[in-house]
Amino acid sequence: MPPSDRSAQISALYQEMILDHYRKPRNKGVMENADVSVPMKNPLCGDEITLHVRFGEDAVEELSFSGRGCSISQASASMMTHLLKGKDFGDVEVLRNRFRDMVMGDDAAAQDSSLGSLRALSGVSRFPARVKCALLAWNALERALEKGSVAKEIEHPEQEGAEP
Amino acid sequence: MSFRPDFPLLASNPDLHYLDSAATAQKPASVLDAIRDFYETSYANPHRGAYALSVAATDRYDAARRRVAGFIGLADPDCLVFTRGTTEALNLVAYSWGRQNVKAGDELVVTALEHHANFVPWQQLAIEAGATLRICELTPDGELDLDFLAGLLNARTRAVAINHVSNALGTINPVAEIVRMVRECSSAIVVCDGAQGVPHLKVGFDDLGPDFYAFSGHKMCGPMGIGGLAGRRELLESMPPFQTGGDMVEFVYDQETTWNALPHKFEAGTPNAADAVGLAAAVDYLESIGMDEVLRHERALMTEASDRMAEIDEVKIYGPPPERRSGVLSFTLGDVHPHDLATILDGEGVCIRAGNHCTQPLMRRLDVSATARASFYVYNDRSDIDALIDGVKKAKEIFGHAAV
Repeated sequence: MPPSDRSAQISALYQEMILDHYRKPRNKGVMENADVSVPMKNPLCGDEITLHVRFGEDAVEELSFSGRGCSISQASASMMTHLLKGKDFGDVEVLRNRFRDMVMGDDAAAQDSSLGSLRALSGVSRFPARVKCALLAWNALERALEKGSVAKEIEHPEQEGAEP
Repeated sequence: MSFRPDFPLLASNPDLHYLDSAATAQKPASVLDAIRDFYETSYANPHRGAYALSVAATDRYDAARRRVAGFIGLADPDCLVFTRGTTEALNLVAYSWGRQNVKAGDELVVTALEHHANFVPWQQLAIEAGATLRICELTPDGELDLDFLAGLLNARTRAVAINHVSNALGTINPVAEIVRMVRECSSAIVVCDGAQGVPHLKVGFDDLGPDFYAFSGHKMCGPMGIGGLAGRRELLESMPPFQTGGDMVEFVYDQETTWNALPHKFEAGTPNAADAVGLAAAVDYLESIGMDEVLRHERALMTEASDRMAEIDEVKIYGPPPERRSGVLSFTLGDVHPHDLATILDGEGVCIRAGNHCTQPLMRRLDVSATARASFYVYNDRSDIDALIDGVKKAKEIFGHAAV
């Protein structure tokens, strides 16, 4: 690929929105009264985040994350926790799949307004080495839902590229 | 003089700036040709057939061993065991020598500078044997603290595992001096991880004096999947086999087996003769340049890169001053994560490593989760430095926008 194309993709990847969430992450910190806290490691780089979730009756009531990592993993965690706060389990599941589709290169998903600011991460699909960074928080979320008592009612499709 | 045209991958990608040779080195055409020639002219299973072709394969395998042994200053080629690489060579020692010689209450010494391959095998051996693992700490510059090391050595010390050159920082360790220290204070063996030594320095195994020295072919322009373990004969002879199977046996009785002579005792199964031949060709290639010139070339580039990098605000360089490093430049840029830096550099055609470099104990001591690492080798030139510096400046620009 010509370097100029790659350069354009780099610019598309590192949007203002992503850098803003990297520098000023939302919902960052340990949640003392969390129902579950799930650490998730990216074995490639050793980055680790922990996702903290408090569940409501049929919704994800509160989310926060702690740990450190690259701009992609931090921005993804920041935007994810912001978007999913208060969403019911059905919506969470839809958004989770939608986000995964987007970073795997699904153009329709990248246009889906329900993903909100997370669409800024669509450029990740051009960087296979970085898809895991974008999915780190989401893989932690999947584990958190499994661990949560109500999570058993939710259907879990097979995950591609899930963390070992 | 440019060596880049000797490397087909680089020659056919003029815009590529490969600065990750500490991970693996590119291959000159002569190495690829040697492997192909072996398959086309001399290919059969060595040590097997009573036919001329197998004898030819055996001859080339044996010649490769002599060539590589000579290159690392090992007088007795039978004391060079071919392995898959450094990791397998170090595990061979930790399993074979370690399980035979390390008992509860003994002590093993590693350093905070080690690659996981020369850290975890000793840590696991200590756990299994009930021995204690001691870790030599570093000076603020990222060099081994030799006074600290002296304090760790005693009559209970059974093995001291050190690298020749740090893969993460480029630190060149005084192996001969450390061997002298160990001999004075204990009866411990010295195991040297030479993965980053052999590709860059003239290594004299017999002069350096460790008991074992491990290295990889792929980091010295040789093929993947071949490396070696040099060892002292009396130790290799006293050790049990690491793996058992064909080729490494003498007599197999119903209830017991006797072992083949060195080096075959440690080479179970069909040997990787083709890649040994390729490795010997890599030795030819490096010697045609001269190891003094290899180090001079890469250090000159690394030094210039270090100086220019240090002029960029917010760049932090890790490790000792350039004159005490191999061609490795480990750095961070402000709060830009090394992974992001590597992605942006990739956009400029610059390949660097970002991560913990398989040295998590070292990263903890440096108080970082990762660094960016540019590593130079024979085929690099000033255009690679320009691209690296431009890329780092671009990363600074991209991340500068959102700086608070």
